[in-house]
Amino acid sequence: MGLLNSIKKTIGGEAKPAGVATEKKVEAKKEAKPVANKIKLGHVHLSGCTGCLVSVADNYLGLIKILDDYADLVYCLTLADVRHIPEMDVALVEGSVCIQDHESVEEIKETRKKSKVVVALGSCASYGNITRFARGGQHNQPQHESFLPIGNLIDVDVYIPGCPPSPELIRNVAVMAYLLLQGNADQKALAGKYLKPLMALAKRGTTACFCDLMNDVINQGLCMGCGTCAASCPVRAITHEFGKPQGQRDLCIKCGSCYGACPRSFFNFDVIPEFEGISEIIAGALK
Amino acid sequence: MVSDPYLGKYTTCVSARSTDKEILQKAQDGGIATTLMVYALEQGIIDGAIVAGKGDRPWQPRPFIAMSREDILKARGTKYNISPQISLLKEATRSFGLDKVGITGVCCQMQAVRKAQLYPVNMRDVPGKIALAVGLFCMENFPYKSMQCIVEDHAGQSLHSVKKMEIGKGKYWIYTERGNVVTLPLKVTHKYEQPGCHVCLDYVSNLGDISTGSVGSPDGWSTVFVRTKVGNDVWSKAVASGMFETKPIEGVKPGLELVTKLAKEKIDKNRATVEGRKTFGVNKALRDPYA
Ligand SMILES: Cc1cc2nc3c(=O)[nH]c(=O)nc-3n(C[C@H](O)[C@H](O)[C@H](O)COP(=O)(O)OP(=O)(O)OC[C@H]3O[C@@H](n4cnc5c(N)ncnc54)[C@H](O)[C@@H]3O)c2cc1C
Ligand code: SF4
Ligand code: SF4
Ligand code: SF4
Repeated sequence: MGLLNSIKKTIGGEAKPAGVATEKKVEAKKEAKPVANKIKLGHVHLSGCTGCLVSVADNYLGLIKILDDYADLVYCLTLADVRHIPEMDVALVEGSVCIQDHESVEEIKETRKKSKVVVALGSCASYGNITRFARGGQHNQPQHESFLPIGNLIDVDVYIPGCPPSPELIRNVAVMAYLLLQGNADQKALAGKYLKPLMALAKRGTTACFCDLMNDVINQGLCMGCGTCAASCPVRAITHEFGKPQGQRDLCIKCGSCYGACPRSFFNFDVIPEFEGISEIIAGALK
Repeated sequence: MVSDPYLGKYTTCVSARSTDKEILQKAQDGGIATTLMVYALEQGIIDGAIVAGKGDRPWQPRPFIAMSREDILKARGTKYNISPQISLLKEATRSFGLDKVGITGVCCQMQAVRKAQLYPVNMRDVPGKIALAVGLFCMENFPYKSMQCIVEDHAGQSLHSVKKMEIGKGKYWIYTERGNVVTLPLKVTHKYEQPGCHVCLDYVSNLGDISTGSVGSPDGWSTVFVRTKVGNDVWSKAVASGMFETKPIEGVKPGLELVTKLAKEKIDKNRATVEGRKTFGVNKALRDPYA
């Protein structure tokens, strides 16, 4: 808790211009560069439906605050007028890669080359998700038929599964990425601990399915029937019979949410029990 | 703030009982869970509560979203088999449109709530809408068919005839409508436990806003831990408005000592189980969910 308290004191306040400055000066400063240590954030749009980007935007004022104080949006085809992938601290990649589309392939490789941290934003980038069901045949590029999650082409650092990923998880990762890159020692430590399981998901693999719960939770004797998986499934493929999850596997779109959400996929005792303090830090950072 | 390796963080621990006679009639212990949710609903602290109501079969729970006192009361009493409470967590906010969700559940379900808040994987609109999480103590739970084996095969009672079940004082107690009381030693019931419970590292719902159970307090009373700011706020207001009688935990028997002993027993045993999974096969480990 001592750690969390010290973090609370430093974040939220530090980014603001000094109170002694005259109004005029503050204005001028703001236009130039209000916060020296902002990170460079980008959104790379591959074969995704823009639902992930909408979820980013659904943080409303939280997003504005992030863009004001913590991050410059240096690349985003929808929102920023930049045509070529620049150097980025954190790249949020939405969508899978169509391997018949030369440009997409080049774009993801360049993203890796130019980014410190590559985040697979959403289930298509992480696991292929609904794009796994593509068979091509669409105008005007009917030969575009093979879609792979980005982890099949490059190394990925962090996964944010979800279809679409929840705005709150995107927000948490954004704040933690900032703390990791620009924070003091305590903040870096917290961010490292927080991001670790999402980094482990990125190492774990590029396929997802209800079967993950069968293989790695239920068959492993770990399921305790809490119901989380059913709540997280975007297509309601999971019901509980006698307290245990049943997946309608034909409905499953392979998004990986159920596994990521399950308390028995990962549960880090150095982070989750601190929910109260950490939630306050995140809320404080975005106030 | 006390921070105990087994009992978690808490600011207050008391023995308590609801002052609501109607709630107490069918409550498992001191009616804490039900009274807190009713109070929170009536005060506008929550818009509704996820509780364990009646399922299709006798003594089978089914989680549902209670939006009235009457509905919350339907969930009174412990059902010793699995009620997947969290399956409704997003449903409550997204389909029912609740902005302030109350939830009761066992320890692992409190863990699930907090994971959903900090790592909301496809849990849009959940993190900021948990208004009150009341956790129950929990040594273990049973699959439905296990409970059926215990009650019908071992105790020889029809599930339809059972009025109350309870685990306490080292025994599984079955009370029937006609006044029968059957007890089974827990060594008979152990093998029927839900396997997932054997890696559970929480006994007194360390992650609830408030947590409650029977152990530590006299019959008809409950032991209550108040843990978070939210918990403190609700608990102090509820006590101030006369919803509960309370006694200092130091003044009741068997008190905190027994709670600590049982928590330690459970958690140490399950830690050993988690450890043992590492060498389960020949150079093959079972997965560690906490690694
Ligand atoms: C599986 C299980 C094991 C338990 N083990 C222990 C123990 O080892 N030691 C101990 O002291 N206490 C244990 N308890 C808690 C105890 O049995 C009481 O539930 C608790 O004291 C609350 O009593 P009350 O009078 O305040 O609740 P009441 O007012 O009677 O309300 C009961 C509440 O419990 C919830 N509930 C009932 N069944 C379930 C279920 N299967 N899953 C999730 N929620 C449920 C309902 O939603 C309701 O809100 C256990 C409870 C459960 C469900
Ligand atoms: S979320 Fe995990 S532990 Fe909970 S019911 Fe689903 S598979 Fe079981
Ligand atoms: S069962 Fe649902 S949550 Fe799990 S991978 Fe399939 S679609 Fe996603
Ligand atoms: S023992 Fe643990 S895992 Fe099992 S039902 Fe109780 S709280 Fe959940």
